[in-house]
Amino acid sequence: MNGNRLRIGYIPLTDAAALIIAADKGFAGKEGLDVELVREVSWSNVRDKLNIGLFDAAHLLAPLAIASNLGIGHVKVSLCAPFMLGLNGNAITVSRSLYDALTLAAEGDLSDPKVSAKALARVVAERRRRGAEPLAFGMTFPFSTHNYQLRFWMAAGGIDPDEDVRLVVLPPPYMVESLGNRQVDGFCVGAPWNSVAVDLGIGCILHFGSDIFARAPEKVLAMHASQPPDRADMLQQLLRAVDGAAHFIADPANIEEVATLVAAPHRLDVPPEFIRGTLEGQLRLARGGMPRTAPNYILIGRDGAARPNPIHAAWLYAQMVRWGQAPLSPDLLASAKACFRPDLYDAALTEGAGASLAPADGIGAFVGPKFDAENIAGYLAAFRCQPQESEF
Amino acid sequence: MVCARTDSALKIVIVDENPVRAAILADGLLEAGYTNVGRIEETTKLLARIYTLDPDVILIDLENPSRDVLAQMFQVSRAVKRPVAMFVDQSDTAAIEAAVDAGVSAYIVDGLKKERIKNILDLCISRFNAFTRLQDELETTRNALSERKVIDRAKGILMKAKSISEEEAYALLRKTAMNENKKIAEVAQSVITAAELLK
Repeated sequence: MNGNRLRIGYIPLTDAAALIIAADKGFAGKEGLDVELVREVSWSNVRDKLNIGLFDAAHLLAPLAIASNLGIGHVKVSLCAPFMLGLNGNAITVSRSLYDALTLAAEGDLSDPKVSAKALARVVAERRRRGAEPLAFGMTFPFSTHNYQLRFWMAAGGIDPDEDVRLVVLPPPYMVESLGNRQVDGFCVGAPWNSVAVDLGIGCILHFGSDIFARAPEKVLAMHASQPPDRADMLQQLLRAVDGAAHFIADPANIEEVATLVAAPHRLDVPPEFIRGTLEGQLRLARGGMPRTAPNYILIGRDGAARPNPIHAAWLYAQMVRWGQAPLSPDLLASAKACFRPDLYDAALTEGAGASLAPADGIGAFVGPKFDAENIAGYLAAFRCQPQESEF
Repeated sequence: MVCARTDSALKIVIVDENPVRAAILADGLLEAGYTNVGRIEETTKLLARIYTLDPDVILIDLENPSRDVLAQMFQVSRAVKRPVAMFVDQSDTAAIEAAVDAGVSAYIVDGLKKERIKNILDLCISRFNAFTRLQDELETTRNALSERKVIDRAKGILMKAKSISEEEAYALLRKTAMNENKKIAEVAQSVITAAELLK
């Protein structure tokens, strides 16, 4: 940080909106900050450039910030997250042929993830019987909510995501093409890629991410955990600027302006309708179909979404343990929780987080045990004790 | 040297959608005695392509969105045949800075001694930097060429309009540029624009 100049890295996704609005709508300027946003092509780049100090802060996958703190998957760098740039915002899209197969296999309403997960398990078993290749699903990064959403949903149907299907990392801009040429049969990704697949008639949106978890910690504003004391003021200025922007985004009266600024060619470079539809939680599930609206499809700057919740950090760590990415230990749990910093948020923003409609356990999964940050071993054991559906 | 002979057997794969840069890097590696160098330009089914080549070292440019695909190779799962690691570790901040700055990243098969690929990464960084310099020079040359064309056209217009010699036309452009504190090419461009408006 030189003077009041900040370089912040981001990936062109709708949940970078609070940073874009902070920089382009004058919220940063009002705080006396000169924010330069740098668009990146991969999460690995964002992480590395943040690590070595080329970025002062970054738009980052919440689980990736935690993984960096724990030193799993990569170099251990202590990052902190004093602000949530977004909760939710993903969707699971499947190819038309898989959608048809699921419709045939479903016993009940396919829009219910309990029904769709069991239908998927039947399709998987049927493919195995006739010796077909396992189904493949794209997601954006090993440490991503996309990965955990897919796995949680599949496991609820009795599928072992590591044995019965293939989960592959795909950069979001390649998702639609990969679905079109049958490299994958489905994917979990953020906006606008689900809508692009739907508009092209390549895929159907099966579930919003918010159908799987009512409140999933998606993206954080990440920075190094140890900041020199002389930067304390600047951190507060940045948090106020981003919070002001997030509130501006949350006001429906501003939606046209927000969509235009975020969609601009030097930012996301997509049609503004995609941004508007995402922020309104209104997405067409199939080409030519009626749009479906979910008020919690994406949460930016409302319902207390901006204040980091250490329970969310603990829950993400529990997902890493569940899927073999991290061992279970009290030290790692403490380190994961310490990554989310509501204290920094509170110090900068006196107004408080506002009314929260959060579910009792902070997450609100569609099935399975309630999350208990004090007893992760018990929470994870409860999944193993669940009767696995094996009637097919 | 025994050690050099062993290292020349290292299987290296370059993932770069820019064929020129990939060729420059591959040449450099060959010159340095690494004979087993493969290239991947097409990044669809990247993991499958990598597994087919089964490399010890993977080099990828940072402009490549597929870099995140390699993150999957850190995972121990059925989809991953040989787990890899990022070349740099906690102690290597200087190395990672130099690599990120040059725009390249290296991954090695887990267990491979890092000293063995230090040379490869250094070579990679210097070739990537050389490529960037080359591109910058090319850009400068291109600009200079187009500037000269603009100046030539402006001279032609002035010679015709004022019935003066080429030297006089150039002197006029230069004098105006100095007076207005502009580049000659800028003044020449205004002459062309004006001439087109007056057509």
